[in-house]
Amino acid sequence: MITYADACRIINDSRGDAVAVTTMTQTKYWNQVSQEPDLDIGIANAMSKASSVALGLALGKPDRSVLCLDSDGSLLMNFGSLATIAGMAPKNLYHIVFNNGIYAITGGQPVPAPGVQYAKAAEACGYASTYRFDDTESLDSTLPRILASHGPVLIEIIVKGEPQSEGVDQTWESNAKMPLQLRALRKRLTGTDDWFSGGPYI
Amino acid sequence: MINGVLHPKKVIAQLVKHRVSHYVTLPDSETAHMYEALMAEPSITIVPVSREGEAIPVAAGLFVAGQNPVISIQNAGLYEAGDALRGLALGIGLPLVMFIGYRGHNRKGDTPDSAATFLEPFLHMWRVDYFVVESNHDLDRVPVAFERAAKTNQPVAVAIGTEYAKTEDSGDQSKGIKE
Repeated sequence: MITYADACRIINDSRGDAVAVTTMTQTKYWNQVSQEPDLDIGIANAMSKASSVALGLALGKPDRSVLCLDSDGSLLMNFGSLATIAGMAPKNLYHIVFNNGIYAITGGQPVPAPGVQYAKAAEACGYASTYRFDDTESLDSTLPRILASHGPVLIEIIVKGEPQSEGVDQTWESNAKMPLQLRALRKRLTGTDDWFSGGPYI
Repeated sequence: MINGVLHPKKVIAQLVKHRVSHYVTLPDSETAHMYEALMAEPSITIVPVSREGEAIPVAAGLFVAGQNPVISIQNAGLYEAGDALRGLALGIGLPLVMFIGYRGHNRKGDTPDSAATFLEPFLHMWRVDYFVVESNHDLDRVPVAFERAAKTNQPVAVAIGTEYAKTEDSGDQSKGIKE
Protein backbone atom coordinates (compact mmCIF):
# COMPACT_ATOMS: atom_id res chain seq x y z
CA MET A 1 0.00 0.00 0.00
CA ILE A 2 1.27 3.46 -0.92
CA THR A 3 1.05 6.67 1.07
CA TYR A 4 -0.37 9.86 -0.40
CA ALA A 5 2.93 11.59 0.28
CA ASP A 6 4.99 8.99 -1.60
CA ALA A 7 2.57 8.87 -4.52
CA CYS A 8 2.56 12.65 -4.95
CA ARG A 9 6.34 12.79 -4.67
CA ILE A 10 6.79 10.12 -7.34
CA ILE A 11 4.31 11.76 -9.69
CA ASN A 12 5.92 15.14 -9.22
CA ASP A 13 9.37 13.67 -10.00
CA SER A 14 8.12 12.76 -13.49
CA ARG A 15 5.86 15.74 -14.01
CA GLY A 16 7.91 17.83 -16.40
CA ASP A 17 5.82 20.83 -17.48
CA ALA A 18 2.49 19.05 -17.23
CA VAL A 19 -0.64 20.72 -15.92
CA ALA A 20 -1.82 19.09 -12.68
CA VAL A 21 -5.50 18.95 -11.76
CA THR A 22 -5.97 17.71 -8.20
CA THR A 23 -8.87 17.15 -5.84
CA MET A 24 -9.56 16.25 -2.23
CA THR A 25 -6.69 14.81 -0.12
CA GLN A 26 -4.34 14.74 -3.11
CA THR A 27 -4.42 18.54 -3.28
CA LYS A 28 -2.98 18.81 0.22
CA TYR A 29 -0.01 16.55 -0.55
CA TRP A 30 0.50 17.84 -4.10
CA ASN A 31 0.83 21.39 -2.86
CA GLN A 32 3.70 20.25 -0.61
CA VAL A 33 5.81 18.96 -3.52
CA SER A 34 4.79 20.95 -6.60
CA GLN A 35 7.33 23.42 -7.92
CA GLU A 36 4.90 24.79 -10.53
CA PRO A 37 1.93 26.34 -8.72
CA ASP A 38 0.88 28.24 -11.85
CA LEU A 39 0.32 24.89 -13.56
CA ASP A 40 -1.75 23.48 -10.68
CA ILE A 41 -5.51 23.51 -10.19
CA GLY A 42 -7.04 22.21 -6.99
CA ILE A 43 -10.66 21.44 -7.72
CA ALA A 44 -12.20 22.50 -4.45
CA ASN A 45 -15.83 23.56 -4.29
CA ALA A 46 -16.75 21.21 -7.14
CA MET A 47 -16.34 17.62 -5.95
CA SER A 48 -16.02 14.96 -8.63
CA LYS A 49 -15.36 17.28 -11.54
CA ALA A 50 -11.56 17.06 -11.66
CA SER A 51 -11.59 14.49 -14.47
CA SER A 52 -13.91 16.63 -16.58
CA VAL A 53 -11.88 19.82 -16.07
CA ALA A 54 -8.75 17.85 -16.95
CA LEU A 55 -10.39 16.58 -20.14
CA GLY A 56 -11.20 20.14 -21.19
CA LEU A 57 -7.63 21.24 -20.53
CA ALA A 58 -6.21 18.28 -22.44
CA LEU A 59 -8.43 18.93 -25.45
CA GLY A 60 -7.68 22.63 -25.34
CA LYS A 61 -3.90 22.20 -25.10
CA PRO A 62 -3.07 19.00 -26.97
CA ASP A 63 0.65 19.80 -26.97
CA ARG A 64 0.93 19.74 -23.17
CA SER A 65 0.47 16.79 -20.81
CA VAL A 66 -2.33 17.00 -18.27
CA LEU A 67 -2.24 14.98 -15.06
CA CYS A 68 -5.49 14.45 -13.16
CA LEU A 69 -4.97 13.38 -9.54
CA ASP A 70 -8.48 12.03 -8.97
CA SER A 71 -9.88 9.92 -6.14
CA ASP A 72 -12.18 6.92 -5.99
CA GLY A 73 -15.03 8.69 -4.21
CA SER A 74 -14.88 11.60 -6.62
CA LEU A 75 -14.71 9.40 -9.70
CA LEU A 76 -17.69 7.38 -8.53
CA MET A 77 -19.67 10.64 -8.57
CA ASN A 78 -18.60 11.30 -12.16
CA PHE A 79 -18.17 7.76 -13.45
CA GLY A 80 -19.48 8.59 -16.89
CA SER A 81 -16.43 10.76 -17.42
CA LEU A 82 -14.46 7.54 -18.03
CA ALA A 83 -16.52 6.95 -21.16
CA THR A 84 -16.38 10.61 -22.16
CA ILE A 85 -12.58 10.65 -21.87
CA ALA A 86 -12.25 7.38 -23.74
CA GLY A 87 -14.49 8.72 -26.48
CA MET A 88 -12.42 11.87 -27.03
CA ALA A 89 -9.18 9.92 -26.53
CA PRO A 90 -6.81 12.78 -25.69
CA LYS A 91 -3.26 11.50 -26.09
CA ASN A 92 -1.99 13.94 -23.45
CA LEU A 93 -4.27 13.00 -20.53
CA TYR A 94 -3.03 10.87 -17.61
CA HIS A 95 -5.83 10.05 -15.20
CA ILE A 96 -4.44 8.99 -11.83
CA VAL A 97 -6.98 7.59 -9.37
CA PHE A 98 -6.05 7.45 -5.68
CA ASN A 99 -8.05 4.50 -4.39
CA ASN A 100 -8.44 4.22 -0.62
CA GLY A 101 -11.99 2.83 -0.51
CA ILE A 102 -13.22 5.57 1.81
CA TYR A 103 -14.43 9.15 1.94
CA ALA A 104 -11.38 10.42 3.81
CA ILE A 105 -12.47 14.05 3.91
CA THR A 106 -15.63 13.24 5.85
CA GLY A 107 -14.03 10.91 8.36
CA GLY A 108 -13.50 7.58 6.60
CA GLN A 109 -16.91 6.22 5.68
CA PRO A 110 -16.64 3.50 3.00
CA VAL A 111 -17.47 4.33 -0.61
CA PRO A 112 -20.48 2.33 -1.88
CA ALA A 113 -18.32 -0.37 -3.46
CA PRO A 114 -14.77 -0.33 -2.04
CA GLY A 115 -13.73 -3.17 -4.36
CA VAL A 116 -14.22 -1.31 -7.64
CA GLN A 117 -11.18 -1.75 -9.89
CA TYR A 118 -10.88 1.54 -11.71
CA ALA A 119 -8.14 0.40 -14.06
CA LYS A 120 -10.36 -2.38 -15.33
CA ALA A 121 -13.29 0.01 -15.70
CA ALA A 122 -11.19 2.42 -17.73
CA GLU A 123 -9.87 -0.39 -19.88
CA ALA A 124 -13.42 -1.52 -20.59
CA CYS A 125 -14.37 2.05 -21.52
CA GLY A 126 -11.52 2.24 -24.03
CA TYR A 127 -8.58 4.07 -22.42
CA ALA A 128 -5.38 3.52 -24.39
CA SER A 129 -3.76 1.79 -21.43
CA THR A 130 -4.35 1.23 -17.72
CA TYR A 131 -2.22 0.32 -14.72
CA ARG A 132 -2.75 -0.55 -11.07
CA PHE A 133 -0.09 -0.14 -8.39
CA ASP A 134 -0.10 -1.10 -4.73
CA ASP A 135 3.62 -0.76 -3.92
CA THR A 136 5.84 2.28 -4.00
CA GLU A 137 8.77 0.67 -5.81
CA SER A 138 6.75 -0.44 -8.82
CA LEU A 139 5.09 2.94 -9.16
CA ASP A 140 8.42 4.73 -8.90
CA SER A 141 10.15 2.58 -11.50
CA THR A 142 7.29 2.43 -14.01
CA LEU A 143 5.69 5.87 -13.96
CA PRO A 144 8.26 7.70 -16.15
CA ARG A 145 7.66 5.23 -18.98
CA ILE A 146 3.89 5.51 -18.58
CA LEU A 147 3.93 9.30 -18.72
CA ALA A 148 5.96 9.09 -21.92
CA SER A 149 3.31 6.95 -23.61
CA HIS A 150 0.16 8.06 -25.40
CA GLY A 151 -3.02 8.62 -23.41
CA PRO A 152 -5.58 8.49 -22.28
CA VAL A 153 -4.02 6.43 -19.51
CA LEU A 154 -5.59 5.53 -16.19
CA ILE A 155 -3.21 4.81 -13.33
CA GLU A 156 -4.89 3.40 -10.24
CA ILE A 157 -2.88 3.78 -7.06
CA ILE A 158 -3.93 1.87 -3.94
CA VAL A 159 -3.25 4.31 -1.14
CA LYS A 160 -3.45 4.13 2.62
CA GLY A 161 -6.56 5.99 3.72
CA GLU A 162 -6.09 9.02 5.91
CA PRO A 163 -9.48 9.80 7.43
CA GLN A 164 -9.66 13.37 8.54
CA SER A 165 -11.16 14.31 11.85
CA GLU A 166 -11.66 18.01 11.25
CA GLY A 167 -13.64 17.82 8.04
CA VAL A 168 -13.07 19.49 4.73
CA ASP A 169 -11.58 22.96 4.56
CA GLN A 170 -14.51 24.72 2.90
CA THR A 171 -13.91 28.31 3.82
CA TRP A 172 -14.32 31.48 1.83
CA GLU A 173 -10.56 31.52 1.35
CA SER A 174 -10.27 27.96 0.09
CA ASN A 175 -13.16 28.41 -2.31
CA ALA A 176 -11.77 31.72 -3.50
CA LYS A 177 -8.42 30.14 -4.35
CA MET A 178 -9.74 28.09 -7.24
CA PRO A 179 -10.82 31.04 -9.44
CA LEU A 180 -7.43 32.65 -8.88
CA GLN A 181 -5.59 29.44 -9.77
CA LEU A 182 -7.67 29.04 -12.91
CA ARG A 183 -6.80 32.57 -14.01
CA ALA A 184 -3.11 32.02 -13.31
CA LEU A 185 -3.19 28.81 -15.34
CA ARG A 186 -4.98 30.46 -18.27
CA LYS A 187 -2.39 33.22 -18.22
CA ARG A 188 0.43 30.64 -18.19
CA LEU A 189 -1.09 28.55 -21.00
CA THR A 190 -2.17 31.38 -23.28
CA GLY A 191 0.29 34.14 -22.46
CA THR A 192 -2.57 36.58 -22.03
CA ASP A 193 -4.05 38.08 -18.88
CA ASP A 194 -7.57 38.73 -20.13
CA TRP A 195 -9.88 36.92 -17.72
CA PHE A 196 -11.11 39.52 -15.32
CA SER A 197 -13.37 39.44 -12.29
CA GLY A 198 -16.71 37.70 -12.17
CA GLY A 199 -18.58 35.57 -9.67
CA PRO A 200 -18.74 35.73 -5.89
CA TYR A 201 -15.10 34.94 -5.12
CA ILE A 202 -13.23 37.29 -7.39
CA MET B 1 -47.84 29.80 -30.81
CA ILE B 2 -44.50 29.80 -32.53
CA ASN B 3 -44.23 31.12 -36.07
CA GLY B 4 -41.44 29.95 -38.32
CA VAL B 5 -38.76 27.39 -37.67
CA LEU B 6 -35.27 27.30 -36.28
CA HIS B 7 -32.54 26.11 -38.60
CA PRO B 8 -29.36 24.70 -37.11
CA LYS B 9 -27.21 26.16 -39.87
CA LYS B 10 -28.28 29.66 -38.89
CA VAL B 11 -27.28 29.00 -35.30
CA ILE B 12 -24.01 27.47 -36.47
CA ALA B 13 -23.35 30.65 -38.44
CA GLN B 14 -23.63 32.52 -35.16
CA LEU B 15 -21.24 30.09 -33.45
CA VAL B 16 -18.70 30.53 -36.25
CA LYS B 17 -19.12 34.30 -36.13
CA HIS B 18 -18.30 34.23 -32.42
CA ARG B 19 -15.30 31.95 -33.02
CA VAL B 20 -16.68 29.05 -31.00
CA SER B 21 -14.10 26.27 -30.90
CA HIS B 22 -15.88 23.42 -29.09
CA TYR B 23 -19.52 22.40 -28.73
CA VAL B 24 -19.82 20.35 -25.53
CA THR B 25 -23.08 18.49 -25.62
CA LEU B 26 -25.40 15.72 -24.67
CA PRO B 27 -27.98 15.59 -27.47
CA ASP B 28 -31.65 16.07 -26.64
CA SER B 29 -34.91 16.07 -28.52
CA GLU B 30 -34.79 19.81 -29.26
CA THR B 31 -31.27 19.84 -30.62
CA ALA B 32 -30.87 16.50 -32.37
CA HIS B 33 -30.62 18.03 -35.85
CA MET B 34 -28.09 20.56 -34.61
CA TYR B 35 -25.68 17.70 -33.90
CA GLU B 36 -26.02 16.41 -37.46
CA ALA B 37 -25.46 19.85 -38.94
CA LEU B 38 -22.47 20.57 -36.72
CA MET B 39 -20.70 17.46 -37.94
CA ALA B 40 -20.30 19.29 -41.26
CA GLU B 41 -18.73 22.38 -39.67
CA PRO B 42 -14.95 21.88 -39.61
CA SER B 43 -14.10 24.81 -37.34
CA ILE B 44 -16.04 23.48 -34.35
CA THR B 45 -15.16 20.31 -32.43
CA ILE B 46 -18.05 18.38 -30.92
CA VAL B 47 -17.35 17.05 -27.43
CA PRO B 48 -20.03 14.50 -26.46
CA VAL B 49 -20.40 13.96 -22.71
CA SER B 50 -22.00 11.06 -20.87
CA ARG B 51 -23.97 13.20 -18.39
CA GLU B 52 -24.89 16.85 -18.43
CA GLY B 53 -22.98 17.60 -15.23
CA GLU B 54 -19.74 17.03 -17.14
CA ALA B 55 -20.44 19.72 -19.72
CA ILE B 56 -19.64 22.83 -17.67
CA PRO B 57 -16.41 21.43 -16.16
CA VAL B 58 -15.20 20.34 -19.60
CA ALA B 59 -16.02 23.81 -20.94
CA ALA B 60 -14.20 25.40 -18.01
CA GLY B 61 -11.08 23.39 -18.81
CA LEU B 62 -11.30 24.33 -22.47
CA PHE B 63 -11.66 28.01 -21.63
CA VAL B 64 -8.69 27.95 -19.28
CA ALA B 65 -6.68 26.35 -22.09
CA GLY B 66 -7.52 29.30 -24.33
CA GLN B 67 -10.43 27.84 -26.27
CA ASN B 68 -13.90 29.28 -26.76
CA PRO B 69 -16.48 26.60 -25.95
CA VAL B 70 -20.26 26.59 -25.64
CA ILE B 71 -22.39 23.86 -24.13
CA SER B 72 -25.70 22.42 -25.30
CA ILE B 73 -27.81 20.35 -22.92
CA GLN B 74 -31.50 19.89 -22.15
CA ASN B 75 -33.30 21.68 -19.33
CA ALA B 76 -33.67 18.42 -17.40
CA GLY B 77 -29.91 17.97 -17.71
CA LEU B 78 -29.27 21.51 -16.54
CA TYR B 79 -30.97 20.62 -13.28
CA GLU B 80 -28.62 17.63 -12.94
CA ALA B 81 -25.71 19.98 -13.66
CA GLY B 82 -26.69 22.40 -10.91
CA ASP B 83 -23.62 21.90 -8.74
CA ALA B 84 -21.30 22.26 -11.71
CA LEU B 85 -23.11 25.46 -12.67
CA ARG B 86 -22.61 26.74 -9.14
CA GLY B 87 -19.01 25.70 -8.59
CA LEU B 88 -17.44 25.90 -12.04
CA ALA B 89 -19.39 28.62 -13.85
CA LEU B 90 -21.02 31.09 -11.45
CA GLY B 91 -18.39 30.54 -8.78
CA ILE B 92 -15.36 31.12 -10.98
CA GLY B 93 -16.84 33.78 -13.25
CA LEU B 94 -16.88 31.68 -16.42
CA PRO B 95 -18.05 33.52 -19.55
CA LEU B 96 -20.02 30.67 -21.09
CA VAL B 97 -23.00 30.61 -23.42
CA MET B 98 -25.20 27.63 -22.56
CA PHE B 99 -27.72 26.43 -25.14
CA ILE B 100 -30.51 24.79 -23.16
CA GLY B 101 -33.14 22.65 -24.82
CA TYR B 102 -36.48 23.95 -23.53
CA ARG B 103 -38.23 20.57 -23.41
CA GLY B 104 -41.98 20.96 -22.98
CA HIS B 105 -41.95 24.70 -23.67
CA ASN B 106 -45.41 25.86 -22.67
CA ARG B 107 -45.86 28.36 -25.50
CA LYS B 108 -46.70 25.34 -27.61
CA GLY B 109 -49.76 24.92 -25.43
CA ASP B 110 -50.56 23.55 -22.01
CA THR B 111 -47.87 21.15 -20.87
CA PRO B 112 -47.64 18.75 -17.96
CA ASP B 113 -43.87 18.61 -18.37
CA SER B 114 -42.19 19.88 -15.21
CA ALA B 115 -38.92 20.11 -17.13
CA ALA B 116 -40.44 23.16 -18.82
CA THR B 117 -42.26 24.50 -15.80
CA PHE B 118 -39.09 24.89 -13.79
CA LEU B 119 -36.62 26.17 -16.38
CA GLU B 120 -37.16 29.90 -16.10
CA PRO B 121 -37.63 29.86 -12.31
CA PHE B 122 -34.44 27.78 -12.10
CA LEU B 123 -32.48 30.31 -14.15
CA HIS B 124 -33.88 33.18 -12.11
CA MET B 125 -32.97 31.39 -8.87
CA TRP B 126 -29.37 30.92 -10.01
CA ARG B 127 -29.29 34.50 -11.30
CA VAL B 128 -28.46 33.34 -14.81
CA ASP B 129 -29.44 35.75 -17.59
CA TYR B 130 -31.23 34.04 -20.45
CA PHE B 131 -32.83 34.53 -23.82
CA VAL B 132 -35.50 32.34 -25.41
CA VAL B 133 -35.04 31.45 -29.07
CA GLU B 134 -38.05 29.88 -30.75
CA SER B 135 -37.37 30.47 -34.43
CA ASN B 136 -34.95 32.08 -36.87
CA HIS B 137 -36.67 35.39 -36.09
CA ASP B 138 -35.15 35.30 -32.60
CA LEU B 139 -31.55 34.68 -33.59
CA ASP B 140 -30.51 38.27 -32.98
CA ARG B 141 -30.66 37.29 -29.30
CA VAL B 142 -27.71 34.92 -29.69
CA PRO B 143 -25.04 37.61 -30.19
CA VAL B 144 -26.50 39.46 -27.22
CA ALA B 145 -25.96 36.34 -25.13
CA PHE B 146 -22.31 36.12 -26.23
CA GLU B 147 -21.78 39.81 -25.49
CA ARG B 148 -23.44 39.51 -22.08
CA ALA B 149 -21.33 36.49 -21.08
CA ALA B 150 -18.11 38.22 -22.13
CA LYS B 151 -19.01 41.49 -20.46
CA THR B 152 -20.11 40.00 -17.14
CA ASN B 153 -17.81 36.94 -16.93
CA GLN B 154 -20.84 34.86 -16.12
CA PRO B 155 -22.75 32.06 -17.85
CA VAL B 156 -25.69 33.15 -20.00
CA ALA B 157 -28.39 30.75 -21.24
CA VAL B 158 -30.03 30.57 -24.65
CA ALA B 159 -33.17 28.51 -24.19
CA ILE B 160 -34.03 26.70 -27.42
CA GLY B 161 -37.81 26.71 -27.36
CA THR B 162 -38.44 24.51 -30.35
CA GLU B 163 -36.95 21.53 -32.13
CA TYR B 164 -34.36 22.44 -34.73
CA ALA B 165 -35.56 21.90 -38.29
CA LYS B 166 -33.93 19.05 -40.14
CA THR B 167 -33.12 20.83 -43.40
CA GLU B 168 -33.02 24.33 -44.83
CA ASP B 169 -36.05 23.69 -47.05
CA SER B 170 -38.55 22.78 -44.36
CA GLY B 171 -40.84 25.77 -44.59
CA ASP B 172 -38.85 28.59 -43.12
CA GLN B 173 -40.69 31.89 -43.34
CA SER B 174 -38.02 33.94 -41.64
CA LYS B 175 -35.65 36.42 -43.14
CA GLY B 176 -32.72 34.85 -41.35
CA ILE B 177 -30.02 36.44 -39.27
CA LYS B 178 -29.26 40.11 -39.27
CA GLU B 179 -25.58 40.43 -40.05
